[in-house]
Amino acid sequence: MIENYRDALIDLAYLVSAVALVFGLKRMSAPRTARSGNQISAAALLLAVVVTLLDRHITWSAANVAVMVFGIGVGTVASVYLARVVPMTAMPQMVALFNGMGGGTAAVVSVAEFQRFAASGAVSSGEAVSVAFGTTIGSIALTGSLIAFAKLQELMTGRPVRFPLQLPVNVAAFLGIVALWVWLLGLAGGVAVVWLLFALALLFGVLLVLPVGGADMPVVIAVLNSMTGLAAAATGFVLDNQILIVAGALVGASGSLLTVLMSRAMNRSLANVMFGAFRVSGRAAAVAEAKPIREITPEDAAVLMAYANEVIIVPGYGLAVAQAQHQLRELAVELEKRGVEVKFAIHPVAGRMPGHMNVLLAEANVPYDQLYEMEQINDEFQRADVALVVGANDVVNPAARTDPSSPIYGMPILNVDQARNVIVLKRSMRPGFAGIENELFHMPQTRMLFGDAKESLIKLIEAVKAA
Amino acid sequence: MNQELLLGLYVLILTIFLGFEVISRVPSLLHTPLMSGTNAIHGIVLLGGILVAGSADSPLLYLLGFLGCALGAANLFGGLVVTDRMLEMFKPRVAEKPEEARPVPAGAAVQAVREKEPVRKP
Repeated sequence: MIENYRDALIDLAYLVSAVALVFGLKRMSAPRTARSGNQISAAALLLAVVVTLLDRHITWSAANVAVMVFGIGVGTVASVYLARVVPMTAMPQMVALFNGMGGGTAAVVSVAEFQRFAASGAVSSGEAVSVAFGTTIGSIALTGSLIAFAKLQELMTGRPVRFPLQLPVNVAAFLGIVALWVWLLGLAGGVAVVWLLFALALLFGVLLVLPVGGADMPVVIAVLNSMTGLAAAATGFVLDNQILIVAGALVGASGSLLTVLMSRAMNRSLANVMFGAFRVSGRAAAVAEAKPIREITPEDAAVLMAYANEVIIVPGYGLAVAQAQHQLRELAVELEKRGVEVKFAIHPVAGRMPGHMNVLLAEANVPYDQLYEMEQINDEFQRADVALVVGANDVVNPAARTDPSSPIYGMPILNVDQARNVIVLKRSMRPGFAGIENELFHMPQTRMLFGDAKESLIKLIEAVKAA
Repeated sequence: MNQELLLGLYVLILTIFLGFEVISRVPSLLHTPLMSGTNAIHGIVLLGGILVAGSADSPLLYLLGFLGCALGAANLFGGLVVTDRMLEMFKPRVAEKPEEARPVPAGAAVQAVREKEPVRKP
């Protein structure tokens, strides 16, 4: 009797937790409520973890308790430390790392539970599917995220990695996974098959992310996030645990949605991002024609902006590379002091993960109501006196709108070319990630200010103060 | 078909639809915190690790349980802390209250900028 109450208590607590998770996510729809939303989610997750300790399968022997306490302790201390010190520019790799850990957990739990199923006799088909799914997707998410982490952290090259026979090797690994699934679902497979699946899926995760370039990471991280969510849901099926299914499904949905949004913002299909490296690129290196470029001094640029009515700032990843967010904010403040209206235009793929640029600017204390999404601000460029482009390239290339032969044709861009004056802060005339010429730099209203973004911005700040 | 499995599938699929509805309302401004927040949510697999560690009775299961607890806890707690850190930084133009004496990792230069509130156009 008592035991039944105990189970009911756990199940009801899980239900409360699931509802609270959805409420928490709903609060993420506005910056004002987002923080409390995350705190509600945190409380919901803690509740679910704590009531799980009441589960009757937990034996509370000294050894079990020691493993639990030690494991949770190590994981918590290490990750909370990392989470507190990680710089905001490194957020994509941090998310990738945590994501991989979640995937690893799902895989490890699935493998362990299969040992229990197998030891207790017959494995049902439902259990076999759940274990196969959790093990496969969780392992792929683990090693895939680790490779993404290594690329973003620059522990390895960010370029697509190619090696001989890559395509056959990848296909063979995939077919191997399929074969092991068939074996498991035919209920003929034992523990050894699950271990083999675990190992092969780990390998496949590496193979899957190696050929993806560093600049495509916003999409890859979203895909891996979604996969870990689904792996967690599969673990929910393995353990007959509803909260895991709900939480995993929410994350799976979120990751998939962000994947779609990111692919659309880059005007590429998911298949093209994941497998594009396998196709021989027909894109020749752009031959730099001798087109006119007009340079501008920091002083002239400062005057142009200081006496403008409206300046729209377009930050790109080059800004984050130069670590110049704080200087940019300072420039914005100086301009506002003079009565200039300053807005920031954020392209969806500015940065290395969805929405990354917003976080970088928020860290530099740019108020969020000064940050505008592409759709909100694109019509406003034609009214702006100056568009200041800092370290952005492909996302402001008008060829995406005008030149059907351009590789980025069709990609949504910021309409910087419609501003009355354009000032581009750029290190050199090197083309952007897509390796294509940018007509914007040669337009009559465009002036270039070459140099490191941070140094250029410091000069601009001084010049605006003096103007 | 097994009833439990079937009910689980109902929950899974309906929650995915619910997830799409809720997530599609999140502005791109908050996509990074959203991703890191949902990332923390799947850290709930920690409870799977707890169940494995709590019921382990062989060295192998102890090892798997340990890994499940350590990785799961890292995902869950690290993700929540880093998300909170990010969301704390998102502030509207008019600061609701004066700057608290909280250390800002970004450096003193920022602090100086913060104190000067932007002057609105007349």
